[in-house]
Amino acid sequence: MMIRIGKENLQSEFVKLVERISGEKLANCYQCGNCTGGCPVSYAMDYGPQEIIRLLQLGQEETVKNANSMWICVGCLQCYQRCPKSVSAANILEALRLLTLRKGEDHDNIKDLPFQFLKEAPQQAIICGFRKLVA
Amino acid sequence: MKISYYPGCTLNTYAKGFDTSARESSVLLGFELKELDKWNCCGATFPLTPDNIMGLLGPTSVLNNARQEGDTLTTLCSVCYNVLKRTNKVINDNTETRNIINDHIDSDYSGDLNVIHYLEVLKDKIGFDKVAAAVKRPLKGIKAGAYYGCALLRPADVGIDNAESPAIFEDFLKALGCTPVDFPNKIECCGAHLAMNNEGIVTKLSGNIISSAKDRGAEIIVSACPLCQYNLEGSQQKMAEDGSLNREIPVLYFTQLLGLALGQDENTLGLENMLCDIRPLLKEKGV
Repeated sequence: MMIRIGKENLQSEFVKLVERISGEKLANCYQCGNCTGGCPVSYAMDYGPQEIIRLLQLGQEETVKNANSMWICVGCLQCYQRCPKSVSAANILEALRLLTLRKGEDHDNIKDLPFQFLKEAPQQAIICGFRKLVA
Repeated sequence: MKISYYPGCTLNTYAKGFDTSARESSVLLGFELKELDKWNCCGATFPLTPDNIMGLLGPTSVLNNARQEGDTLTTLCSVCYNVLKRTNKVINDNTETRNIINDHIDSDYSGDLNVIHYLEVLKDKIGFDKVAAAVKRPLKGIKAGAYYGCALLRPADVGIDNAESPAIFEDFLKALGCTPVDFPNKIECCGAHLAMNNEGIVTKLSGNIISSAKDRGAEIIVSACPLCQYNLEGSQQKMAEDGSLNREIPVLYFTQLLGLALGQDENTLGLENMLCDIRPLLKEKGV
């Protein structure tokens, strides 16, 4: 993959916004990979948590926005627990989700949810799912 | 002794047995779970980004109401525990955020409530030795896998035990006469809210938890979260359908097991609502 790295993307408004919303400093990550190693769902992500942070460090906004990683993260905090620098990749992925949801764009359409799920699932699953995936 | 109790949304509906077995067990142990006069949903997930103050208003209302009724609040659902405990910590640690929240919900809550999980009540306020002494029907010979999941342990500063190597759940099971089974996936995520839109991931994650526990000899799994319970039961059905599981094992709430051991009537524990019934195993073990 050819990527262009320059001042315009290294210090882009998008990267600053992600830092501000997540409360995390991207430069604190030195890419040890413990987060991705401990992440139970990294196998299903386009880019693991540590790769997402690296892409953000390099200002690769479009690649990060188009990756499924933020929608796969369950927020279990194993990444944060295992990070030697106390960076929470889960916070960063939540900030990325919020950047979509706060525009009023749903990730999942409520109409498409299986009726069986809405009928049988514990309320907390529905509430949590809506908060993570629906605007 | 009376302890203020926050049931949360799911314990009034999907997980009634979790609620009723805990209330009855408390009476048998000599204390009362006093449901808060007024409560609302905790939000079912802690807002991870610090700018999301809206997400803290609901749980702070719960904390503020609880503070009017006493200095300690307990919950059963591990997610409710996690959300309330973390919100309380934010209010304690951050004056600016505290003031904004209080302005929004017209309160002056200071963050001085003690939020504890019901397992901590049993360990620290009652004592596992006293729980053991009150057991009328020891669950001898039952090999139980204590499944912690995420919310009881992470982040570490609100966890009820060591985030990597916890033991409180196993100690509780020992008090009931069970044989706790240690298994590698006991602190791994079940897939949580992905039950809504990604069945494949939930089946894989929860399936790994089930296989990991069964491989170590667990005959039942014990949970403190209705969503984990739902995912662990559901994944077994999926695995049975595709032939990767030969026998389903019961997934119970820890208070149902407590109720059984304290001699509660089996018919009041909600055991009939579980997809895989523990009663044949009780019979087999002569419990």
